[in-house]
Amino acid sequence: MTESNSIQETVQAVITTLKDKPGALLPILHGIQDALGYIPADSVSAIAQGLHLSRAEVHGVISFYHYFRDTPPGKQTIHICRAESCQSMGGKQLEQHVKDQLGIDYHETTADGQFSLEPVYCLGNCACSPAIQVGADIYGRVSPQGFDAIINEKKELA
Amino acid sequence: MSITVYVPCDSSAISLGADRIAAAISLEAQKRNISINLIRNGSRGLYWLEPLVEVVTDAGRIAYGPVQVSDVSALFDADFLHGGHHDLALGAIEELAYLKKQQRLTFARIGKTDPISLDDYLTNDGYRGLSNALKQSQADIVKAVTDSGLRGRGGAAFPTGIKWNTVLNTASEQKYIICNADEGDSGTFSDRMVMEGDPFVLIEGMTIAGLAVGANQGYIYLRVEYPHAHKALNAAIEKAYLAGYLGDDIQGSGKAFHLEVRLGAGAYICGEETSLMESLEGKRGLVRFKPPLPAISGLFGQPTVVNNVISLASVPIILDKGGDYYRDFGMGRSRGTLPLQLAGNIKHAGLVELAFGLTLRELLYDFGGGSASGRPIKAVQVGGPLGAYLPESQFDTPLDYEAFAANWTVLGHGGVVVFDDTADMAALARYNMEFCAIESCGKCTPCRIGSTRGTEVIDEIINGHEVSKNIPLLRDLCNTLLNGSLCALGGMTPYPVLSALNHFPEDFGVTDTTNAA
Repeated sequence: MTESNSIQETVQAVITTLKDKPGALLPILHGIQDALGYIPADSVSAIAQGLHLSRAEVHGVISFYHYFRDTPPGKQTIHICRAESCQSMGGKQLEQHVKDQLGIDYHETTADGQFSLEPVYCLGNCACSPAIQVGADIYGRVSPQGFDAIINEKKELA
Repeated sequence: MSITVYVPCDSSAISLGADRIAAAISLEAQKRNISINLIRNGSRGLYWLEPLVEVVTDAGRIAYGPVQVSDVSALFDADFLHGGHHDLALGAIEELAYLKKQQRLTFARIGKTDPISLDDYLTNDGYRGLSNALKQSQADIVKAVTDSGLRGRGGAAFPTGIKWNTVLNTASEQKYIICNADEGDSGTFSDRMVMEGDPFVLIEGMTIAGLAVGANQGYIYLRVEYPHAHKALNAAIEKAYLAGYLGDDIQGSGKAFHLEVRLGAGAYICGEETSLMESLEGKRGLVRFKPPLPAISGLFGQPTVVNNVISLASVPIILDKGGDYYRDFGMGRSRGTLPLQLAGNIKHAGLVELAFGLTLRELLYDFGGGSASGRPIKAVQVGGPLGAYLPESQFDTPLDYEAFAANWTVLGHGGVVVFDDTADMAALARYNMEFCAIESCGKCTPCRIGSTRGTEVIDEIINGHEVSKNIPLLRDLCNTLLNGSLCALGGMTPYPVLSALNHFPEDFGVTDTTNAA
């Protein structure tokens, strides 16, 4: 089975499971992104067909929401909180440090495919600012040195 | 007999290492052949002490914190399992002043119980409100909520009882209860704490709302940034179904209520109720015109109650103890309690649930202990990214919806973000405009275009370019946003921007005081 076939099968399985829910589009998009890490552009027509929508409508929804992405992410996605509470505790310096360390800006992936970098507007960890999320893990009171330690640990695990 | 040890499963506690502490304590106990019963509780909300470990002793629950993995072995050596002395010992948790001075109604159980244990919930007064509601008429349930004086805790402070009454009196085969759990405001985490620390109280509140207005379907619209809350809610919902607290026949009453969690996808605007409903319907989160009100034509065109997590989580105690009990807390038209969230540059960051009426200064210094950096507090943003910055001269404002409104400030969802004197208010104002531009749904012109133009104008001002011309331009633009936007995103972004400019003109390079205010 080719990779593209397997992707389409995954997409179709998610659509079949969820399409009868009221307002099924977001659950389907989440299902696909959970399974594949992104929503491939060529899954749009299958989703549209499954929900009796136009491709434009499906594309419009995917592009509206910051969380959905149409390109594969790095092995781990780093989310840095840019919001006020984190700013009050050195979030901007941390943000610059992370960009310098990884050599990438927001919405980019490191050349080795290890990390993608995304901004986030609040992780609800405002009592422990500044906060970041790496993969599924949330970290609080992150100093630049603390960030380096987290990343080294993640690299060792990878 | 095994000793009970509590280590929070709250995501902020986990962000500081609580999972590793829990694992280390289990391992150490095993090594020492000691039998312990490790329970993952919610957080007490004393975040500077997290990870905070509690041990059940004859003298009550004794707290230790903040605990690091490297402390675990020494804690065992100090016999912390029997409340032994150690440098991290804090004494009886309930006696800590920060907690003792609070009036925890909505947060009564949080930190005490295992969040996803239905037994724990039931033995700690859970489902008493629902039990009363099942014996009452729909109108009486709504009356109890109206009598309580509860106003929407999401930020808009609309009377909850009036909203419910409209839905009750709008005839329809299908009605919905939506919980707005898209807690996107920076500096707020009370919704998260409830969902992670006591999910059953939200489920109970929504079930009561369903009974009250005749809705048999509920949705919790949860932000995707809250994976721990998602897990806790789903686990609790499953247990509630199994025990007959959700489903087609709630506790043998013949009444139905179904509940499902739906995830957002990182759009701040979806915290606006009409945008939220569009998103639930599977569309772009574009704000709807009002009227029609959601209470009359909401989700899928049906009458819909949309309430914030804290509003709904406050309903069980109102139905348990009566509307009067709740109303007796508070001041003026702000009744009951508000879970305040102290965040940012503050020494004792955390959750403070109190009756309305305390002043901001008392909150910042008596509870918060001043800034975390030890420097003077310069400004405090209350009410999230659409809330005004308050300078020191406004710190004596009582925490009350009307008192805040009189100052051209907002209490919002109760988030309080503290900045010390290193904060650059012009940079923050620029961020507020940029945030509006990033999160605008694009439906109305003032917000869609005004936010981008606003960012550019503030850049000009920051760069010292034609400041005397650009300040009036910024004010004019803010005026357009204030009066011409469809919803609060564009309509309130001027609050932080103009308050920063009015109170801290020097940060904008404004020396001409006639321009300042």
